[in-house]
Amino acid sequence: MSQGFTVHTGRACPLDQANVDTDQIIPKQFLTGVTRTGYGKHLFHDWRYLDLHEQEPNPDFVVNKPEYAGASILLSRENFGCGSSREHAPWALADFGFDVVIATSFADIFYGNCINNQLLPIALSSSQMDALFGAVKANADLEIVVDLPAQTVIAGDLTFSFDILAHHKNNLIKGLDAIGQTLELTSTIEEFEAKQPAWL
Amino acid sequence: MAKTLYDKVWEAHVVDQLGEDSLLYIDRHLIHEVTSPQAFAGLNEKARKVRRPDRTFGTMDHSISTRSLAIDACGPQNALQLKTLATNCEEHGVKLFPVGHQKQGIVHVMGPELGLILPGMTVVCGDSHTATHGAFGALAFGIGTSQVEHVLATQTLKQSKAKSMLINVNGKLAVGITAKDIILAIIGKIGHAGATGHVIEYAGEAIRSLTMEERMTICNMSIEAGAKAGMVAPDDTTFEYVKGREYAPTGSDWDAAVAYWKSLHSEDGATFDTVVELDAADIAPQITWGTNPGQVIGVDAPVPAPEDFSDAVERESARKALAYMGLSAGDKLDAVPVSHVFIGSCTNGRIEDMRAAAFIAKQGKVADTVTAIVVPGSGAVKRQAEEEGLDKIFTDAGFEWRLPGCSMCLGMNDDILQSGDRCASTSNRNFEGRQGRGARTHLVSPAMAAAAALKGRFADVREFQE
Repeated sequence: MSQGFTVHTGRACPLDQANVDTDQIIPKQFLTGVTRTGYGKHLFHDWRYLDLHEQEPNPDFVVNKPEYAGASILLSRENFGCGSSREHAPWALADFGFDVVIATSFADIFYGNCINNQLLPIALSSSQMDALFGAVKANADLEIVVDLPAQTVIAGDLTFSFDILAHHKNNLIKGLDAIGQTLELTSTIEEFEAKQPAWL
Repeated sequence: MAKTLYDKVWEAHVVDQLGEDSLLYIDRHLIHEVTSPQAFAGLNEKARKVRRPDRTFGTMDHSISTRSLAIDACGPQNALQLKTLATNCEEHGVKLFPVGHQKQGIVHVMGPELGLILPGMTVVCGDSHTATHGAFGALAFGIGTSQVEHVLATQTLKQSKAKSMLINVNGKLAVGITAKDIILAIIGKIGHAGATGHVIEYAGEAIRSLTMEERMTICNMSIEAGAKAGMVAPDDTTFEYVKGREYAPTGSDWDAAVAYWKSLHSEDGATFDTVVELDAADIAPQITWGTNPGQVIGVDAPVPAPEDFSDAVERESARKALAYMGLSAGDKLDAVPVSHVFIGSCTNGRIEDMRAAAFIAKQGKVADTVTAIVVPGSGAVKRQAEEEGLDKIFTDAGFEWRLPGCSMCLGMNDDILQSGDRCASTSNRNFEGRQGRGARTHLVSPAMAAAAALKGRFADVREFQE
């Protein structure tokens, strides 16, 4: 990861439902790739297309609505990203053009996968999400400012602060190579290994 | 302060403290074709090596055919992924059990079979059902591909400690009730996200009396309650299972290991962030009615109405789920016909699962309206089942007997359902489209699945127990 995440300004797409699982975000038939790219066109495949060959967009699915075209912030509800550990889910969201997902809560593995892909997951309270959904549904052109250093989401007259672990924030802002950082601790890892029992 | 099992395994693996995070050593890393290619590509781009190929083991399971041993049986894209795994393992010196190898199998079935999983270990895999291995008193959890790359390169992961949850299943199970019913009942009670941010320890008389395979079924579905991991403290049942397996310690190493493993239990007075109590005697054969595993009922209960849920989110989820599943509030599931039956997966693809399903299968024939497949979880399970004549029982009854793999649990191969199909499945996820776009999945135990195959509709397995 090279470029860091600081302040993001964009419009939001309101995916107003709970328990959006990673099978919905990117179904299994698209997991046969061997690269990290090209998953965006299959994002939300079952909901987004009326046919299997992705020729007929479903006009009723919120992501397809013209007023939300170009949105870079996805709004959702409880337990977003539950299910499979597939990192293809954040790859698909990012490749499609989302930089931020704001939801009531996230599944643990998905949350970590987002952090590792410069996709910022933000959890807000249920009432804050209600307000945000209301504002975006009332005005699809609403510009939302997500300020990671300040840990705030500003949407019109709504201002919310959010929590994020310091090292997650630091890694997102600096775009650090997590493996490179750990490799600097190789001698500490070697010391640990030397103390492990032989039968392991 | 009195420690939990989780505390003990965690503390034994902290390499370094990095602010609020710990650098955790990983004892065992299992890999498969779907979530590893990008990790190896990342290593190769930076000319990094696999730090401990001796701690890393690979298998092919997700995207393989269950009808043919040919690597390209499911098309060129699947074949490329499988060949990429083989090349990566060869280049980095990682032991691989490819399609057709006698030790190949679903990663969470073959790992324990080979003795690769030991009590007190930290175990990771790029697969959310890695929680399975917590059955041994290991700390085992699923990771994403970036983390797979991190473990390959460093044999460690940066982790923050989760909260702890104790789930006591008290008393004895009724006749015909299985581990699958216990875990579905637990998820039904605490909800699909009820254990998010927690590591669960399963305890109580009903858990203690389970075999290792049954404990694996329980821990496997911890993720379906949102948990980071699920664990069962090791005991004599655990040690007997591990002893003599290919990668298990031997001789004086075995004695030293067992002495350590006996210390791996939560101490009296240890506190948990959350405690859940269930009475085993209250658990009926479980069956999911909705589109997440928490939407589950006893087979004799009516399908709930959205209005039955006080929580607005659950109410809306129920409404959506009923529409997708083609069910109405008040329906009795034992009147609902099924078109497909799938017996297998990392949840229920072990020899005891095959035996439980065969016990039912020999009592009749698969209904004309049903396609039923049985997919053993590994080559070892397949051979054992065939030695016991279970394959013959299945095929005589009209079930298809397949080659080992993940198969219809997620349908990355050609074992997929069509829109409108309704499946009694022993797998772990009933999400919309999981087994095929528009297909409807009901999660059940192997015995319940076999019973549904014979009846052509869901049935109460307790009717078959005489």
